Amino acid sequence: MTSIPVPGESARPVATDAGERNYLTAGRGLASWLFTVDHKRIAILYMIGICSTFMLGGIFAMLVRIEHWSPGATITDSGETYNRWFTLHGAIMTFLVLVPSIPAILGNFALPLMLGAKDVAFPRLNLLSFYLWLIGAVGFVCVLFLGGIDTGWTFYTPYSTTTATKVGLAGLGAFILGFSSILTGVNFLVTIHKMRHPGMGWFKMPLFLWSLYATAIIQIVATPVVGITLLLLVVERTMGLGIFDPALGGDPVLFQHFFWFYSHPVVYVMILPGMGIISELISIYSRKHIFGYSFIAWSSIAIALFGFLVWGHHLFVSTQSAVMSTIFSLLTFSVSIPSAIKVFNWLATMYRGSIRLTTPMIYALSFLFLFGIGGLTGLFLGTLSVDMHLHDTYFIVAHFHYTMMGSTLIALIGGIHHWWPKMFGRMYNEAVGRLAAVLTFVGFNATFIPQFLMGSRGMPRRYYNYPLEFEFLHRASTVGSFILALGLFMAAYNLIASLFHGKKVPDNPCGGASLEWQTTSPPHLHNFEKPPVLTDPYDMEDLYWDEETGGYRSRSVEGASGGS
Amino acid sequence: MSQVLETGAVDGGGAHDRPAHLAHHFDTPEQQFETAKLGMWVFLVTEILFFSGLFCAYAVFRANNPEIFLYGHAFLDKTLGAANTIILITSSFTMAWAVRCAQIGARKGLIINLILTFVCAAGFMGIKAVEYSQKVEHGLLWGNKFNPEVHAVEGSGSGAEAAAAHVEEPPVGAHIFFGIYFGMTGLHGLHVLIGMGLILWLLIRAMKGHFGPGYFTPVDIVGLYWHLVDLIWIFLFPLLYLIH
Repeated sequence: MTSIPVPGESARPVATDAGERNYLTAGRGLASWLFTVDHKRIAILYMIGICSTFMLGGIFAMLVRIEHWSPGATITDSGETYNRWFTLHGAIMTFLVLVPSIPAILGNFALPLMLGAKDVAFPRLNLLSFYLWLIGAVGFVCVLFLGGIDTGWTFYTPYSTTTATKVGLAGLGAFILGFSSILTGVNFLVTIHKMRHPGMGWFKMPLFLWSLYATAIIQIVATPVVGITLLLLVVERTMGLGIFDPALGGDPVLFQHFFWFYSHPVVYVMILPGMGIISELISIYSRKHIFGYSFIAWSSIAIALFGFLVWGHHLFVSTQSAVMSTIFSLLTFSVSIPSAIKVFNWLATMYRGSIRLTTPMIYALSFLFLFGIGGLTGLFLGTLSVDMHLHDTYFIVAHFHYTMMGSTLIALIGGIHHWWPKMFGRMYNEAVGRLAAVLTFVGFNATFIPQFLMGSRGMPRRYYNYPLEFEFLHRASTVGSFILALGLFMAAYNLIASLFHGKKVPDNPCGGASLEWQTTSPPHLHNFEKPPVLTDPYDMEDLYWDEETGGYRSRSVEGASGGS
Repeated sequence: MSQVLETGAVDGGGAHDRPAHLAHHFDTPEQQFETAKLGMWVFLVTEILFFSGLFCAYAVFRANNPEIFLYGHAFLDKTLGAANTIILITSSFTMAWAVRCAQIGARKGLIINLILTFVCAAGFMGIKAVEYSQKVEHGLLWGNKFNPEVHAVEGSGSGAEAAAAHVEEPPVGAHIFFGIYFGMTGLHGLHVLIGMGLILWLLIRAMKGHFGPGYFTPVDIVGLYWHLVDLIWIFLFPLLYLIH
């Protein structure tokens, strides 16, 4: 029998039949998880860790929302406490959740499988990445218990060099997390270069891998810069280095340039893998070949490259010269072209497809809608004159939540639902899953549409208090946030419950054509018992529904094995 | 980990003719070597970008305040800097030779060259320590630790003759040069120390006879790392010591 051990759970009877051995049952006990170098187990370690920090960050988000239920004091009468809440929310969500999220969880799990490889190129380095992440996470939790930080997640100097809160430790934590991200990027890039299934050319890869490749480029090129920036910030605070601190003749705007040279590209580290997931989901659940494969592939690379040239749009009001601001504004618009290429290709894929409104597909459709809003409002903010009005208002807050939460995390949750049967060999409750997806979508919009309205009317971000005229919109947003939290908890409950009560699934329950669906669910310890047969990852015509097993089967795979 | 490896061995089927150093997830030693090498090259890209922040800070401050750099660089000892440059270039040569020895299976040559490389690295750090202690002595430090007047005038001994003329009136923000100097050379020195650790590790493995024509990946990639450390110094030396 296949059993589903989770870390910490005591051993169950060992499966003796070699055919039943999968990565979950091979190797038992806590140590076999904590010291594993198997990419699939590392993915699950990351999933547990990132979901925990996601909840932690979510708690601070809820505190912020509850505080805004009424002007003045609601649950705290201290603006400084409020500053700590939104800072911890932002820092935890950015550094611990969003940056690693999709590559670390789904990338780790699916990338070698999709390539037909046995593991990533450097399995031990992969485990090291996880432990670096864990050290960073522990660092942030220490910051939390030592009184928090109040600089905002951006650590702007000179406030960050003078505040008494634990910026040094948080900066060091983010620095270590940066290395985790760099090593994951190096690992994935090299894996895609060197470990592809024989015969799998670049343009035969699933698009999720193209997006992870583009992500790896950004992780490799941008992250070291924030690494040195945070290191300098820490040295500045501890030893008075004098490069960023204006009291010593340093240049605080230089910090902003350095910071955004990383932190703008890093939003594409967050969104690109999400786009990759959506490319898979839209094609699979529309039962139709992806439209415009090479355009989607190249647009990932284009986003990665253009993303490096636009950081100055965060400095429109930070003493940047008018000429530079104009150039950065123009370059900012250029990113919308590859993004729009993707959206139109997804829509064209769905056109006349046989759309299945499964749980992952509802998340994918949510993504299209939310990313549409998030992307288009980005154009408002890239426009110089409009940005002067909207800068540092709730409009910005709503905009980046639509792209970060509404796009990246929605894609992550959709992707987790999509690959869940492959990860654990069990199916979640479809009805509950759909309901959770719809609730999340409704709750998300209810939270952030009011923030667009407030922001355009002048409600500034990061303010503890507000005039009475914004009370209705703030309350609407807070109510929405509770619906959103309910949807997320429902999805989590549904997935966890499936581990115990879920129906067992065959190899290919949802009709994906990429290689990971050719192995067992859950996969064999070394991924494939027999070498996978290379197929077009989007050829849905090749698959047919097999009533007997309750899953899909591939004609070309059967043809290949029949012939041998 | 042992548990996982054990279970891996069970499934590994016809793994008997595989060399011991070939990890389970690679098909051939060539694939493993190429993968490791690409990984190292990509990692070196991240290293360059890691330093790039400091190079960028250097460029910004020097463009805006060239007088700070002209003032500050006079305190750096060109002789010691040049000596260190020669030492590091020599160490790169012995490192390259070590890689060659590993490739052709010359164990003795490999060990000798690794020892020479290590000695050069230690020499570099020794000279760096002398330079740092001179700076500390003269109060030529970064940011709020910058305090040149007290010591420098009376004891402008080795290597700071040219500086004596400047000492009376440092330009505003002169400490920024020393902040950048210590930031860049400090980070570089840290990389030299890490490199020394890696060379020591190679040396131990070489003595155990781990390397030969069939397997020399670690020597090769540590060599790449060492050349990068050398290369960064080759940029640091003129940018900090040889300014007009």
